[in-house]
Amino acid sequence: MTRTPPFDLAAARADFPILARPIRGKPLVYLDNGASAQRPSAVIEAERRYAEESHANVHRGVHTLSQRATDAFEGARERVRRFLNARSTREIIFTRGTTESINLVAQSYARPRLQAGDEILVTHLEHHANIVPWQMVCDATGARLVVVPINERGEVDPEDVRTRINSRTRLLGIAHVSNALGTVLPVAEIISIAHHAGVPVLVDGAQAVPHMAIDVQALDADFYVFSGHKLYGPDGIGILYGRESLLAAMPPWQGGGDMILHVSFERTTYNELPYKFEAGTPHISGAVGLGAAIDYIERIGLANIGQWEATLLDYATQRLSAIEGLRIIGTAAHKAGLVSFVVDDVHPHDLGTILDEQGIAIRTGHHCAMPAIEFFKVPATARASFGLYTTLEEIDCLAEAVIAARELFR
Amino acid sequence: MDLKDLYRDVILDHNKRPRNLGTLAPPAIGAKGHNPLCGDQLTVYVSLDHGQITDVKFEGSGCAISMASASLMTEAVKGLDTEAFARLHASIHDVLTRHDAEVPAALGKLAALGGVREYPSRVKCASLAWRTLEAAIAGAVSVTTE
Repeated sequence: MTRTPPFDLAAARADFPILARPIRGKPLVYLDNGASAQRPSAVIEAERRYAEESHANVHRGVHTLSQRATDAFEGARERVRRFLNARSTREIIFTRGTTESINLVAQSYARPRLQAGDEILVTHLEHHANIVPWQMVCDATGARLVVVPINERGEVDPEDVRTRINSRTRLLGIAHVSNALGTVLPVAEIISIAHHAGVPVLVDGAQAVPHMAIDVQALDADFYVFSGHKLYGPDGIGILYGRESLLAAMPPWQGGGDMILHVSFERTTYNELPYKFEAGTPHISGAVGLGAAIDYIERIGLANIGQWEATLLDYATQRLSAIEGLRIIGTAAHKAGLVSFVVDDVHPHDLGTILDEQGIAIRTGHHCAMPAIEFFKVPATARASFGLYTTLEEIDCLAEAVIAARELFR
Repeated sequence: MDLKDLYRDVILDHNKRPRNLGTLAPPAIGAKGHNPLCGDQLTVYVSLDHGQITDVKFEGSGCAISMASASLMTEAVKGLDTEAFARLHASIHDVLTRHDAEVPAALGKLAALGGVREYPSRVKCASLAWRTLEAAIAGAVSVTTE
């Protein structure tokens, strides 16, 4: 197979200033994109330009800057709408990130509907952000959290979803891509199964949006959530997409400015969508940066990025599995660009320190998915996660550093 | 910074062949320690006789730094009274966290933990066993004073 990137990789790397910065005296090999991706100059510049030329509060003033800020903010919302192919900007809520988006749905959609004995369904490979918010509303209402199992490759069988849905199931929360194992879940098929039984679905897309084009209408997702900082955008900004009919029926989550039409001490009238869920001054520059990040990756093309990352995944899987004593955790047939692994006699935490000494950044630990990691009977894993700017040479560096670490502990 | 300064031979040796691995039956006191960041988990058991540590063992899993620190600790604290342990713990804490701390010659093999202070993210690994033994002793004290 060809191992040539379908875009100008050297030029793309030059777009990311941090990649030129030495770490511990070595060229940076950044393989922690699953935790947070780096930002291109286009994003950094967009935020700077916004601050220098357009900043004021949004939706408030009649003055010029307030109008510019509002235009920039609402322009970013429209940019996100097109990115997800949502029907309307009323379905695009700005949040602090994936975690806040899920908490919003848990508190505003699920909690008022749940009664003792009702069930929320999640899978065994979820990130803690798609477990704990549901546990909190279960604790408050007497509902139960039901877990769809995974197999030894880290896959979810849609049939296992079907058999766990019953008349008490109120919502299914499911990752699109597992952050700990790399599994790409068959969400369209799973959503169709859930909808057949009348169960709405929240998709945690945090690990999916950097790797593949998302069409919320084609998926028929009820809620789809992601974070800006994993998409080469700023931290502190994220998205909740919600089907308009569901969002319209949900009460506000937080109260404050911007989410109201009229306030008196007797009664407050809430604003319309999407502002009903955006209390307080939003992260305006973050939204602008997110819009710029989407422009950037669409310029390179998500299909191109996905194709290159598939090459990286193949190559990394081949190089790493050739290392004696190394075991890959998560071997699903369909994976996105990350490899989780353990190495005999070298604890992942030691491996992380040893690799860092070579300028190689990986994630070590349970990846905020303790049930998924414990399923494989390991206390932690090392995880190399790729981005559009990752090179084959960087994967060689990783493999050689792992071999050297093994030597140290021999 | 050379990695061998963190992973000194003493550390590698104690990681590979931990001393005093195992459990102690009651009336020995056990305490569990957990470092959620990296998943290190260990249980430290201590036998006390009139405030003196007569035996100490540990079990669990963790990175080389946490395992070696636990192993080195069990060798160093046997025979100490609880006050001497508290002084040693304070001294180790200094060595692990303060860049300007002298590494006292009296620490012997424990001085091998001195490389950890250049790696702030690893300090919790090295201190886990010590904090767990401290908790076990505190538990023992609260039990014996009832």
